[in-house]
Parts: sequence; C-alpha cells; structure tokens
Amino acid sequence: MDPSSLLQYLITGLTLGSTYGLTALGFTIIFNTTGVINFAQGEFVMLGGMMSVYFTRVLGLGEPVAVVLAVVGATVAGALVERLAIRPVRDCPTINLIIITIGVSILIRGLAMLAWGKDTHVLEPFSGDRPIMVLGAAVMPQALWVLAVSLLLLAGLKAFFSGTIHGKAMLACSHDPKAASLVGIGVQRMVLLSFMISALVGAVGGVILTPITMTSYDVGIMLGLKGFAACILGGLGNPFGAAAGGVILGVLESLGAGFVSSAYKDALAFVILLALLFVKPSGLFGLKDTKRV
Amino acid sequence: MSYRKDMIWLGCFFVLLMLAPAALPNNYFLTILILGCLHSLNAVGLCLLVGHAGQISLGHAGFYGLAAYASAWLSATAGWPVEASMLAGVALTVAVSFLIGMPSLKLKGHYLAMATLGFGIILSILFTETVDITGGPSGFVGIPRLSFFGREVKKDLALYRVVAGVLCLAVWLAFNLLHSRIGRALRALHTSEKAAQAMGVDIARYKLFVFVLSAAFSAVAGVLYAHYLTFIAPSSFGFMFSVELIVMVVLGGMVSVPGAIVGAFFVTVLPEFLRAFENIEVVLFGAILILCMMFMPDGMAGGWNRLWARVRRAWAARGASGAAHG
Amino acid sequence: MGSAVLATRGVSVRFGGVHALADVDFEAEAGAITAIIGPNGAGKTTLLNVISGMVAPSGGSIRFDGRDITAAPAHERARAGMVRTFQNLEIFSNMTVLENVAMGCHGRLSVPAWHSMLRTPRSRRIEADIRREAMEALEFVGMAEYAQATAKDLAFGRQRALELARALAARPRLLLLDEPAAGLNIAETQALAAMIVRIRDTYGLSVILVEHDMELVMGISDAIMVLCFGQTISRGTPTQVQKDPKVVAAYLGGDEE
Repeated sequence: MDPSSLLQYLITGLTLGSTYGLTALGFTIIFNTTGVINFAQGEFVMLGGMMSVYFTRVLGLGEPVAVVLAVVGATVAGALVERLAIRPVRDCPTINLIIITIGVSILIRGLAMLAWGKDTHVLEPFSGDRPIMVLGAAVMPQALWVLAVSLLLLAGLKAFFSGTIHGKAMLACSHDPKAASLVGIGVQRMVLLSFMISALVGAVGGVILTPITMTSYDVGIMLGLKGFAACILGGLGNPFGAAAGGVILGVLESLGAGFVSSAYKDALAFVILLALLFVKPSGLFGLKDTKRV
Repeated sequence: MSYRKDMIWLGCFFVLLMLAPAALPNNYFLTILILGCLHSLNAVGLCLLVGHAGQISLGHAGFYGLAAYASAWLSATAGWPVEASMLAGVALTVAVSFLIGMPSLKLKGHYLAMATLGFGIILSILFTETVDITGGPSGFVGIPRLSFFGREVKKDLALYRVVAGVLCLAVWLAFNLLHSRIGRALRALHTSEKAAQAMGVDIARYKLFVFVLSAAFSAVAGVLYAHYLTFIAPSSFGFMFSVELIVMVVLGGMVSVPGAIVGAFFVTVLPEFLRAFENIEVVLFGAILILCMMFMPDGMAGGWNRLWARVRRAWAARGASGAAHG
Repeated sequence: MGSAVLATRGVSVRFGGVHALADVDFEAEAGAITAIIGPNGAGKTTLLNVISGMVAPSGGSIRFDGRDITAAPAHERARAGMVRTFQNLEIFSNMTVLENVAMGCHGRLSVPAWHSMLRTPRSRRIEADIRREAMEALEFVGMAEYAQATAKDLAFGRQRALELARALAARPRLLLLDEPAAGLNIAETQALAAMIVRIRDTYGLSVILVEHDMELVMGISDAIMVLCFGQTISRGTPTQVQKDPKVVAAYLGGDEE
C-alpha cells in the first residue's frame, strides 16, 4: 500500500473516530451514573446535526450561531428526556429503563422524520472546503475542526471531572450511588447532569461531523451502535477509554473500507463488538474486569 | 395463574383461532390473521426472554429473517424439499443465536441488547447487499409454498390452520416451561441474580437457553412466513420490526404469554387504522414503549384490571354512601 | 468433632487499594457451628462472599470437603452442598413463599429441560417432589401456613425465616448464615438461636455464622474466629476468645460498633 493513501485513510478514520469517541463518552457518562445503556445516545448526535441544518437552512441563521443553538437544543433535549422519561421511573428495574430509552430513541427519530422529512442534508464546512495537502494526503479543513473540537471537549471534561465539585460528585455517584447520597450528593441532580453532558457531547460530535458525512433523521441508530462498540472497545465505565476506543474504531473502519471493502464497513464495528465480548469484555482500557456471572 | 387456568385459556384460544376464519368477510382478513399468529409466535418467545429472563433482544427480526431467507434459498435455489429447508433454516438460526448469545450473556448487564441490535443491523445489510443470493432490496421471489410430504398446502385457510396449530403448540411449550423448575429459576434470576446463584442456578446458562429458545420460536415463524407469502424482502426484517416485537411484549405486560399474543395482534392490526397518517407508526410505537413502562408496566391487561378495580371501588363507595343516606 | 469441612488458606481480597482481607486462614469443623465476628468493616461478609463464590479472592485457596473450589463459580458451590443466606434479604419478592423455598431444591431435584417443556411424567414427578420437600422445609421453620402468600408481603422476621427454609430445602452440608439476627427483636433472636442449633442437630450439617449479636454467637458457637481490618486476630472457643486481650482491644478500639 502506498503511504499517502494510508495517511489519507488514517485521517478519515481519526475524523470519524472522534465522533464515535464522543458518542461513546456519552454512553459511559450515563452508564456510570445510572447503570443504564442509553439507546437514545445516537439520537442526540443526530439532533446536533439536524438542528444545525434546520437553523441555518430554514431560519437562515449564521452557522456559528446555528451550531451553538443546536448544541444547546440537544442539551435541553437531554435534560427533558431525564426529567420526563427517566426520573419518574427511577426505582424500576434496569430493563424497564432501557426499554424506555429504546422508546425515547425511536420517538425522537420519528419526530425528527415528521418535522424535517426523510432527506439527507449537508452543512457547510466551518471554514471552506479547500483541502490542505499534507505529505500527499488531502486534509479537509473540517477534519482539523473535528479533531480540535474533540480534543478541546475532552480536555474540558477531564478538567470538569477532576477539578470541579460537580465533576467529582458525578464520579462518586458512579462508584457508589448509595454512599454518594449519604455524603449529601444529590444523586438525581447528577443523573440529570449526566444526561445533559451526554447530550451535549453527542450533539457536538454530530455537529462537527455533519459537514463531512451529511446527516438525516436516521443516522442515530448507526452512530449509536458504533459509539457503543467503541465503548466496549475502550472499556465500559471508563469515559476516556471509550473516547480512545472510538478513535481506534474509526481508524479500523476507515482502513477496512479502504483496503478491504466499503460495502460492509458498517459490519466491522459489530464484528469488533462481538469479538471483544468473546475475548476481552473489559475492553482495552477497562478499569476493572467486567463482572462475569 | 395456575397451570390449569393457563390450559383452559389455551383451549379457549385454540377454539377461537379455529372459529375465527368463519367470521371473516374475506381473504384479506385471513392474511392479517396469519400474520397475527406469526407475530404472536415471535412475541411468545420474546416474552420468555424479556419478561421472565429480564434480557432485551433487538435482533429478533434478524432471526426471523435469517430463517426465512435460509429456507427460501435452500428450497428455491438449492432445490431442497420444503420440509428439509425449513428444518435447516431453523437449525441454522438456533446455531447463530447460540453464537451471539454465548459471549453476551456471560457478562453482567445488558450487553445482549446491543449485541443483538448490531447483529440485526448487519443481517439487514447482508439481506440487501448480497444480491446474488437474496435478490437484494427488491426481494426473494419464487419461494415454494408450504408443503408436507410432497403435498402443497394450497388454500390459505389450510395454511392458516397449520400456523395457528404451531402457535398453540408453542404456547403450550411456553406454559409448561413457565410452570416448571426452569420457569421458577428464570423468575428467580430476574429478581435476584445473587440469590439464584446461591440456589445453584447457572444464570448464564439459563439466559442463554431462553435466548436460543426464543430465537427458535422466531425462526419457526420466519420459515412459515417465507413459505406462506412465497416472497420476502429485507424491509420486513429490519430494526423497526425488532422494535415492534418489543412493543408487542411490553403492551402485553412483559410476563404474560396471553398478553404478548394480544399485544401481537394489536400491533398487527394497528397499521390498518393508521393508513390515513403516514409514518406516524414510528412515533406511536416510541410513545407506547415510554408510556407503558411509565404508567402500566404490567401491560394492557394490568392497566385494565387496575382501572376496573378503581371503577368497582368507586361503585362500592357510592353504594355504601347511598346506603348510609338511605 | 471431625475434620474441617471448609478451610481457607491465605485468602486475600483487595478492593481498589484497600485490603478487605489479608492472608486469612479459616477452618470450620464438620458438624460444628463456627462463628466469624469482628468490628464493622472487618471483612466478615467479604470472607463469606469469598467462601460462597460471590467475590473472587486475589490470593489464597478454599477447600470444601477436601476439594479445591477456589475457581468454582457460586452456583457450582451451591450444588456441591454449600448454601448461604444474605444479610440484606435476597428473597424472590414476586414469587410465593412456596416457590421461594422450591428454588432451594433447584440444584438437587433436577431434570433435563425438554422434560420440563413437554411436561413428561418424569418432570411431573420431580415437580411433585420439589413441592413436597419445599413444604417440609417450610414446616420445619413453622411457616407452612404462609405457603401461598407472596414473599414480599411477609413481615421482616418471616422473610428471614423464609430465607432459612429456602436454604434448608437445598439440604446443604454447609450452611452459611450472614447476620441472620440483623433486624430481629430479642425474642425472635432467641428463637433463631434455638432454630440454628435444631437445624444442626436434625440435619447434621455444619454452620458458619457471621453475626454481630454477641449473645447469640457466644451461646451457640463451638468455635469463633475474630477478624479485624481483614486480619485474623484471635480464634478459639467462646470462652477463649472472650478472654483474649486483643479481642477486647479491637472491640473497645472499634468505636463505630
């Protein structure tokens, strides 16, 4: 294989992987505070992209404003989901909560379809579409945006979890909710916060990727599934491992599509997911061994 | 519910299924009835898995489709007898479900839901992409009709009786299972995995058993579907159908086998009433899942019972106050 | 007394950086009631979890009836004859009392799955056996009249008795009791003490008891091991342990008691 196309695939993979990583991060944050796998995670990513498109195209807002509004909108959606659908049933068995998130996911998808139709939409790249040539590979400026924004967001989250009282409280909740509530942490507040952060992170991932991959009402299923595969790859429960898992998955997928076959590139994430469940369910960066029963 | 009551229910249900066609105005309704039975077959298996073992599968449409396509290909392309293709289709699906379930169910938590979701999506990609084998998006045509020992089941009414009989058999198996030590063990591990283990229940094995069993139910439904319609397309086996199956079970109250069947018929008939509102089904199914889980986790039957109890209480209270006044 | 029915050698458990158990050697004589006591956080329940297979030790070995079971999963240990109860009740709340106890027979009275699915005569015989033996266990703890009640509707003390009946239905050779007196009043605790002795005498089984109630422990135990911060600080008969200055110091130092 020639080095420039390898580089090209790597860059594409890193870009895609950033969004997978952000989605995976969202899964982990909610999983840590609630023990629930949030099936609506992919829809937050979709909302980020679709709302940006809506705000620019239909309302005619400038792209920076539209993007910020879209992220805020998705975050509000995350808060609403927690308030309206999760909190009222918080004492139910986990399986009921998961079914609710499945319901939320197809409800959001259905509403998006009714509101915005079934078409595929694009968003203008943030700063033009003239590629920059690096060692024979063409790098879209948007790819740099994706990488930069993802890294910034990760750094911000890192600072939040280790440096602020709310972040530390969320970590405490994930380790032992009962103990956390005993020392005066409002577990319910933390769950709300985790849904908002997950939605925010997911929406950012959706917004920055949309200029590259386009979006439609149903991109959430696939992105959600890949985000979850990334989660397992990085180790469910470890937010930054999950983000790294996303990047690795993105690169593998891009290389697979480039060198093997692009028709089945979506299958790769699932093959990796099953392979991991077989051999190393704790993931590459798992904090502790996943409990076997 | 005691075993006796369940058997009485099953007897009545069987009689109802056998009498139902007589009350139908035309063949179109018979189609709906057959589909309702096939959906019920899926839902009964899933009810065991979701309601009793507490595990979610979002890939049962995949099992339904895998068996249908396998049997279709074997009989139409490879020229096998229909009975053999059907058996092979079910066997293949059972083997595949075992391979999916084994790693996912060894783990604590809900890995199965995601593993099956991924599996279902991959299968629908395969159904669509492998055009040479499956006919691609436009579907697989020319599947031989259901036949036994060379005799084709020509009439839809006869085929309906076969499907209804299979459904009743499946319900009988499910009831037997639920009223045995296995059913108890499933309910036990759903409530407390720790205590079930402490009583000697190998919980991973039980979950796997139910998962494979439910996949087998879906597979049987799938092969019947293929050899009834003689035409199948990938769109029938997509992610939304997996969700619809979950909706059926949830509407039925998760743990109730009759409930799952009522849910299945409800979801089968619903689109007939929603013809006027295009695309609204998705939204509706989402809303049903959320609202059921929030307000009637024991399903339509449970919701109805509670409503009825409230009405009766109100009635009794009125009667009492009336008596006091009088 | 006979030889050790259960023995741990050098068992250690670490949670994060904390040593919950460090190098614990423990033995329970066959046919005896052996108690594990110690201040809060001493690692008593952790040891019981290690013995029953709910927690994997980071080091050491466990032998049951002379067989190494260190790697055996919890359900296999249960089937081998080691059954436990839980400190925070783990009853099957939505099932009837009889069904709960029937779960105790699960490992012992078994039949291949297809018999159950087809409800063969063999399956029906097994179900009848399970029912009969579950009723016997319920009668033993004096709860036969509640057989058809839903487990979650029982009073707390009865739920404890239910767990005991469920464990007895398994006909264990070793019964592990995790704080069986927690939440019981004085009269109930006394009845429990008599019950434990009666169980041991009737079924000839061995009992390992983790308990806070000193009166109960001192009254019925044949041997006691004292844990403190994950380490064994004393062992012997009740009288020996009570006189051990290290034990006195541990309990006086353990303010949180």
